Amino acid sequence: MSTSRIVNGVEVATHYKDDTHQYLSNKEGIWLFMATEILMFGGLFIGYIIYHTMYPEMFAEGAKYLDWKLGFVNTLVLIFSSFTMALGIYFNQKNQPKKAVMALGATVLCGAIFMVIKYFEYTHKFHLGIYPGQMLNLEMVKPVHQNLGLYFGFYFCMSGLHGLHVLIGMCLITWVMIRNIRGDFHSNYYTPIEGVGIFWHIIDLIWIFLFPLLYLVG
Amino acid sequence: MSHAVAGKNYLNESSGLWSWLTTLDHKRIGIMYFVSVMFFFLIGGIMALLLRLELFSSNAQEGISFLSSLPNVIKGDANPADLYNRIMTYHGAIMVFMVIVPGIPAILGNFFLPLQIGAKDVAFPRLNLLSWYCLMAGAIMAFATLFLNKVDTGWTFYTPYSIRTGASVVLMVLAVFIMGMSSILTGLNFIVTVHKLRCPGMTMYRIPLFVWALYSTAIIQVLATPILAITLLLLAMERVFGIGIFDPKLGGDPVLFQHFFWFYSHPAVYIMILPAMGVISELMTTFTKKTIFGYTAIAYSSLGIAAVSFFVWGHHLFVSGQSEVAGIVFSFLTMLVGVPTAIKMFNWLATMYRGSIEFTAPMLYALGFLFLFAIGGVTGIMLAVVPVDVHFHDTYFVVAHFHYVMVGGTLMSIMGGFYYWFPKMFGKMYNMTMAIWSWVFIFIGFNVTFFPQFILGAKGMPRRYFDYIPEYEQLNRISTIGSWLIATGFVIGLIAMIRAITKGEKAPDNPWGGKTLEWTTSTPPPHDNFTNEPTVTAGPYEYK
Ligand SMILES: [Cu+2]
Repeated sequence: MSTSRIVNGVEVATHYKDDTHQYLSNKEGIWLFMATEILMFGGLFIGYIIYHTMYPEMFAEGAKYLDWKLGFVNTLVLIFSSFTMALGIYFNQKNQPKKAVMALGATVLCGAIFMVIKYFEYTHKFHLGIYPGQMLNLEMVKPVHQNLGLYFGFYFCMSGLHGLHVLIGMCLITWVMIRNIRGDFHSNYYTPIEGVGIFWHIIDLIWIFLFPLLYLVG
Repeated sequence: MSHAVAGKNYLNESSGLWSWLTTLDHKRIGIMYFVSVMFFFLIGGIMALLLRLELFSSNAQEGISFLSSLPNVIKGDANPADLYNRIMTYHGAIMVFMVIVPGIPAILGNFFLPLQIGAKDVAFPRLNLLSWYCLMAGAIMAFATLFLNKVDTGWTFYTPYSIRTGASVVLMVLAVFIMGMSSILTGLNFIVTVHKLRCPGMTMYRIPLFVWALYSTAIIQVLATPILAITLLLLAMERVFGIGIFDPKLGGDPVLFQHFFWFYSHPAVYIMILPAMGVISELMTTFTKKTIFGYTAIAYSSLGIAAVSFFVWGHHLFVSGQSEVAGIVFSFLTMLVGVPTAIKMFNWLATMYRGSIEFTAPMLYALGFLFLFAIGGVTGIMLAVVPVDVHFHDTYFVVAHFHYVMVGGTLMSIMGGFYYWFPKMFGKMYNMTMAIWSWVFIFIGFNVTFFPQFILGAKGMPRRYFDYIPEYEQLNRISTIGSWLIATGFVIGLIAMIRAITKGEKAPDNPWGGKTLEWTTSTPPPHDNFTNEPTVTAGPYEYK
């Protein structure tokens, strides 16, 4: 519906009763979307569990090639970014857009730090001849387990898909940050920030599962 | 800004192609889905006719092959066997992902779900439009593979063949991924719409059964499609990087692909059939002029089917090397689907009992549904029995079974629903005699085409081959002739539609005496659906 009206300082589409009605509907939509994201990663987790029961030693061997310290730093960075993301919402609820913009900026920065560390991890692996599946350089790596490539298939797929979501999240946060600077949000209206925030928290949560499964296993 | 201006409706409130391509009106988006899905159906249907023509005689070996007699522009340099595999793949993929999955929810659901619950629109009109563009983008990518390396994997993309073949599997798989996103967006939209946008007095136990069916479908769309998404992504990664998850050479397991694939694709069968059942409930009550028998039972059986559908995928793997215990469990769970389905069937029969049945075109489609879906459903139970399935697996018996469900069930219901709501959608009446003749050809043609395939399958004719031994020829000829009858029926139907739109009589607001809310508004509905927001005080089907 293209027509809309202003209720309590919020633009409300004509098929909603008021701003609360619209807010609750949007939020339900966001949660449903996040359910699909979790289920999509769920497929990877199921695959991980199946192959881990088949080849536990392969996963233990593969995890040795990962630097758990870098993974741990990244975990801390993401947890901190979840906190700044929450602050971004909080300051808008308190009508303090300047502080909110700073919190959002910090969140994007954390995302960037995460991606830079990821970049160094990936390039280091490529340097050692570590690639997913059949591209694993057997002469350079000399794996003990014959299917070690499969572990790196999981590593690159899971962390890669997650990294892609971090990038998307950074774009979304930048978008709400620009809108925040423009003055679109106030204590009655911050749905987009909250939606992006939910997305960001779920992405962080997925990393919190990925970190032990990939780095600390075995 | 009053939308109640006389003569103004959703069709003529603005004009021009651009006003359609940027519309946020759920009714216009429904019409756009209708046009595009019918186009895909035409292409998928022509492919089906080509397949049947190739199977008309068993002499392909000796060079008498229909497909090899096609001009070089169409067949390229492929031999008839390869060409058959490709056409079969596209027929399956188009019909499943581009016709039957979006069919009822995206066309009829989009148009009538908000109307039936007294809402002005779906919860997220922009996502609704985006879902149409997703389907279009997916369709363009899928058709693009026709001009690259045509896909020959079958619509199921089974590994390891799909990893090794030279076809454009990655592009095709990404196309299906994007179409899956379209399906997710539709489902998500419908769930929130049903939760949040019901008009005053429209409690969950007063929503029409079509809405209940769409709601159950939407749950499956949201919960199952992400698994398809990750499966297809992994398959693409497998082809591009060789990650090994589905590749036995690298320690992976190709059967895992089948598990993942069917974990989506079996519930997807109910994405196709549940909304069809919803349409049938509407037709049954309107054309018998009786309150539906067992409203609550029908509503809950939809949710029941949705719930059970997630635990039956293993019946596709009875001969794929899954454990016998798993086979028995999946066999039992599959038969369980028969219970809520039978509940619906008996409730519909009870609705008709002592009703004043009107044999209009939509009602004939509903009756056709009951007849064909009963056969499709019962043969489904037969196939759920492990020893029977081991015998019938990959024969024409399975082909006949799922065509009785998908075509005899879903397509019959799409057509029935379409003839039912056509006057409301376009504001015009169609010629009933022509519509009934169309039904006669489709119904008889369908049985002539697919019933012989049960016999062929029982005699052991394997599916997916371009040729067969001479013993199967007679029944195959009958089947091919049936496909021409179906085509004739659809052509008659198409003519009836075009004639109705161009020079049909103006339709009244409620031509069938329907009791649900969409019949209370003007025909065609105004931009905002209702001039005044409706208030509901009773259930949906209050006939005396
Ligand atoms: Cu199935």
